[in-house]
Amino acid sequence: MSDLSVLTGEHFMNGDIACAEGGLACGCRFFAGYPITPATEVAERMARRLPEVGGVYIQMEDEIASMNAILGASWAGTFSMTSTSGPGFSLMMENIGLGIMTETPCVVVNVQRGGPSTGLPTLTGQGDMMQARWGSHGDYEIIALAPQSPQECFDLTIEAFLLSEQYRVPVLVMSDEMVGHMMERVVIPPADKIPLPVRRKPRVDKDSFVAFAPCEDLVPEMPSAGDGYRIHVTGLTHDERGYPATNARAHDRLVRRLVDKIRNNAHKIFRLEESGMEDAEVAIIAYGITARVARRAMQMARERGIRAGLLRLITVWPFPEERVRRLATQVRALVVAELNMGQMVREVERFSGSTPVFSALRPGGEIQEPGEVLAVIERAAKAAAKS
Amino acid sequence: MRATAIEQYVRTDRLPHIWCSGCGIGIAMRAMIEALSQCDVRLDDVVIVSGIGCSGRVAGYAKMDSFHTTHGRAIPFATGLKLGNPKLKVIVFSGDGDLFAIGGNHFIHAARRNMDMTVICVNNFIYGMTGGQAGSTTPPHARTTTTPYGNFEPPFNLPHLAMACGAVYVARWTTYHVVQLIQAMKEAIAKRGFSFVEAISPCPTVFGSRNEIPTGLAAMKFFKQNSERIRDGFDVAEAGIELGGKIKVGRFCDRDRPTFQDRLVRMEHEVVSAERTMEG
Repeated sequence: MSDLSVLTGEHFMNGDIACAEGGLACGCRFFAGYPITPATEVAERMARRLPEVGGVYIQMEDEIASMNAILGASWAGTFSMTSTSGPGFSLMMENIGLGIMTETPCVVVNVQRGGPSTGLPTLTGQGDMMQARWGSHGDYEIIALAPQSPQECFDLTIEAFLLSEQYRVPVLVMSDEMVGHMMERVVIPPADKIPLPVRRKPRVDKDSFVAFAPCEDLVPEMPSAGDGYRIHVTGLTHDERGYPATNARAHDRLVRRLVDKIRNNAHKIFRLEESGMEDAEVAIIAYGITARVARRAMQMARERGIRAGLLRLITVWPFPEERVRRLATQVRALVVAELNMGQMVREVERFSGSTPVFSALRPGGEIQEPGEVLAVIERAAKAAAKS
Repeated sequence: MRATAIEQYVRTDRLPHIWCSGCGIGIAMRAMIEALSQCDVRLDDVVIVSGIGCSGRVAGYAKMDSFHTTHGRAIPFATGLKLGNPKLKVIVFSGDGDLFAIGGNHFIHAARRNMDMTVICVNNFIYGMTGGQAGSTTPPHARTTTTPYGNFEPPFNLPHLAMACGAVYVARWTTYHVVQLIQAMKEAIAKRGFSFVEAISPCPTVFGSRNEIPTGLAAMKFFKQNSERIRDGFDVAEAGIELGGKIKVGRFCDRDRPTFQDRLVRMEHEVVSAERTMEG
């Protein structure tokens, strides 16, 4: 069975299929989904592939059900995932919150399209970045990754599973229509080279186990339903036993831990890629598909004598605050390129100090021309020269 | 069951519970526990999944792996549990508002799929936790805080709905009929496939008080006097509930259909391995 789950070799595949193959390769055996453009191919691939490897694909009645089903499957001890796009992502929000509150590992792939509402089903966008961070009600921290290519769809889906088990939180793979539908070379390594997620099972006996008592890194261990621990799991604010405790003190304790388990470990979670930053006077910050445009724009800027560098966010949430703060002191201007009306740029501005920040944006529909981003880099360089 | 044995099934360290005096949820929960004690199941394999509301608190008191999910979503959560580990005995225990208003879509699809689980619905005709609002099971003319002039919407007939959607076992009793309720739950839990038990329950605090059944005792008397056991050939379409009217009780169906898991395994064996052989 296992040989079929890792399609070792070189492939020509799109990002959606690569997300599915990434999940399968690292042991995902449960997928609950609902068709939605441009994420449908993830579900279609899973419907074909999971029965081959002894897993379960179920097409649910909606995205609310899909999200709940993967939470349930996770508590049954299975590595589980779903995929969707804007409207479905909106429907999942409440139960992504349930996953956060109950510390349930799972992976959600969001192949972003233009919004709001039905928006642009077949065209790209990066308009869900703040929804990924804040879309479910209440306070929390989340982990979100942004692939720039089909290869990264494969790699980062695996990374998402590893992180979700490590920190017991739903992890979001923030792809987009362009990356999801582009066909590129994807190299799938041999099975023994693929890192596997590890469920943090209780190491103590059933009588002394306290269901939500955290380990040193603030993450509790997780038994599966049926293991005999007889745990109670609730979306209500709860104490370390998992029992409802709807008072300010218990809430403070729980929410701080849910937030801190990500914040305190953020330095271990961040993945960034930098190029041309050694001598940069203008730093471009971009993620996902837009980073590819930004890279070309950076080269064009350098050809024109502007010392531009690129910071690509692979992990978008938690946000690499310290790196951006330091970067702002190293360069004379920052340019943020993204396919929305200015979302991650606000986060950059929080940490940019007095360094001016410029936006190269579009609300989705198509990616920027490198020349558009270049024009903003030139404007930033000119302003920096004046100051 | 001896009183001491209850500790096997109930998180006694969570008592007292939150339910009002005269409420029927505790009776329904106790019936489930009795049914489990008489069934051939390992308690470690039993999972209780609830949604939100008064009945949704049952998961918190059941001393088994238990999940208190979001409003209306117990059934899809339970679906994931069952498919993630088919050995689990999955029981969804929740209220009428949770299962049939906000969660109605999940109920009809789980029944259609014949997902192997038992759904126990405490039907008290009202949203109790939020203080007595009308829902999809509130009888015509009933007074609630959101139907101050009387309910003018028609309610669901739950056994009819369950049967139409494909449930393989459907029964309804009231919390007056404890013995029958235990028996029905026992049969439902033992049944392979999607089984459904409706437990009609008093809610003196926010339903009865506004509809001339002001106490739990009055409700029990009402259930005793107005319940009618169905006979062979009964048309489930006639099982709707009117305010002050007769309540049809009994076992509406016990039939067999392949479960989701049956069909999945068959597909895997027949189709997938056949394709692989052909490709090989």
